[in-house]
Amino acid sequence: MRKRLYQVWIYLKGLLIVMKYAFKKPITIQYPEERRVLPPRSRGRHYLTKWTDGYERCVGCELCAIVCPSQAIYVRPAQNEPGHAHSHGERYASDFQINMLRCIYCGMCEEACPTGAIILSGEYELSGYTREDLIFTKEKLTEKYPGESGRDPKREI
Amino acid sequence: MIEVLVKGLILVMVLFGAAAYMTFIERVVLALFQLRLGPNRVGPFGLLQPIADGIKLLTKERFQPANIDAFTYWLAPSISLFVALAVFAFIPFGGTVHLFGQEIQLRIADVNSGIVLLLAISSLAVYGIVLAGWSSNNRYSLLGGLRGTAQLISFEIPMGISLLTVILSVGTLSLPEIVEAQRGHWLIWSNPISFLIYLITSFAETNRAPFDLPEAEQELTAGYHTEYGGMKFAMFFLGEYVNILVVSSIAVTLFFGGWLGPYDWPVIWFVLKVAVIVFFFMWVRATLPRFRYDQLMSFSWKVLIPISVINLIVTAFFLLVVK
Repeated sequence: MRKRLYQVWIYLKGLLIVMKYAFKKPITIQYPEERRVLPPRSRGRHYLTKWTDGYERCVGCELCAIVCPSQAIYVRPAQNEPGHAHSHGERYASDFQINMLRCIYCGMCEEACPTGAIILSGEYELSGYTREDLIFTKEKLTEKYPGESGRDPKREI
Repeated sequence: MIEVLVKGLILVMVLFGAAAYMTFIERVVLALFQLRLGPNRVGPFGLLQPIADGIKLLTKERFQPANIDAFTYWLAPSISLFVALAVFAFIPFGGTVHLFGQEIQLRIADVNSGIVLLLAISSLAVYGIVLAGWSSNNRYSLLGGLRGTAQLISFEIPMGISLLTVILSVGTLSLPEIVEAQRGHWLIWSNPISFLIYLITSFAETNRAPFDLPEAEQELTAGYHTEYGGMKFAMFFLGEYVNILVVSSIAVTLFFGGWLGPYDWPVIWFVLKVAVIVFFFMWVRATLPRFRYDQLMSFSWKVLIPISVINLIVTAFFLLVVK
């Protein structure tokens, strides 16, 4: 009998607990209007960053393409022409493509990069109408101005 | 004659609207309990959501699975909706009002044995479920239909017995007279156990959580309405929600003094009381997990029926000996 009464009491207690939750603030984020504040190191789309003087950091070493576990990166290195240099090194990336559909956003390219050229920013809204839309080319990946990606352009790597 | 038709038409429209908005309110209430927001995109505060849902359901493809019993398959949803609506004909939702120089009774059928007819018709609702389960030629549907039958039959008995105590203590079968007898003294104060049993059985009667076994999503996909889509599904859905309104209205009529309240507002007290009970239905749905099938059966036959019989005997004893 006591067990039965306890079971009934448990049911009533459950009802009260549920009612308690009705007065709490909903945790839903109304996405397009409100946005979640992401953790500072969250990984989204890539950027090819620049130095403060506007030179590209990428020296075309292809380490990112080698380390990439999903083989999403393609780099075509080229020699820097004297007087018309793109980077501070001997070489630069004349083409740089990342297939965002293959990328798993692991951030290993960022770790492998000796000059800190490729970084993963916090932007996660990646969508396109075709597969080709989501193969990001060099124009799309390179910062328009130093520091556009949110990383300090004065940093060493 | 015309008066009854007009009243019936208005009632059906109001019930459809109420059922449609109950789906919306249920979603919002459940969301509230689960720390969500619920539908709030269509129209201001999401208020147009039921209309959007209705348009979607009406414009869906009309399909019918292969190797089914076609006549029964099409008949079943209309049974469950019709029965739910028909019960409302006996429920008094107000006294007499004067409108356009006429005396209008706020009920459709004034039957002197309303409560018996009400039980008789509401028991027919199981045919919608059984026939849907049988005609769909689908194992899940059939299992849902079987569960529905067994559940409704075994919960009909304690419900009937608990309503008998009401009839005993009031001494009439007519619903308006039962309401009038509760002026100043609601029956829930003298028959609380009957009310509790009625409430529990009404959850089973409407196939709602925690007794939603006929449509248990996790086990039977959607139970008896697995093979139904579009407006046929919507009819089951409407029927279910009108049924909730029906059982809440019966509870209000029998235990909470129907339309009676502090001031002489015709329908408002009735609607308010029904709304509170409907909210309780949603609250319970948000809280309790589903009963297992054998638990359900043993709960009905080993707990509810003995309690309701003892309750009936005690009520009879009080009425005969003590009074």
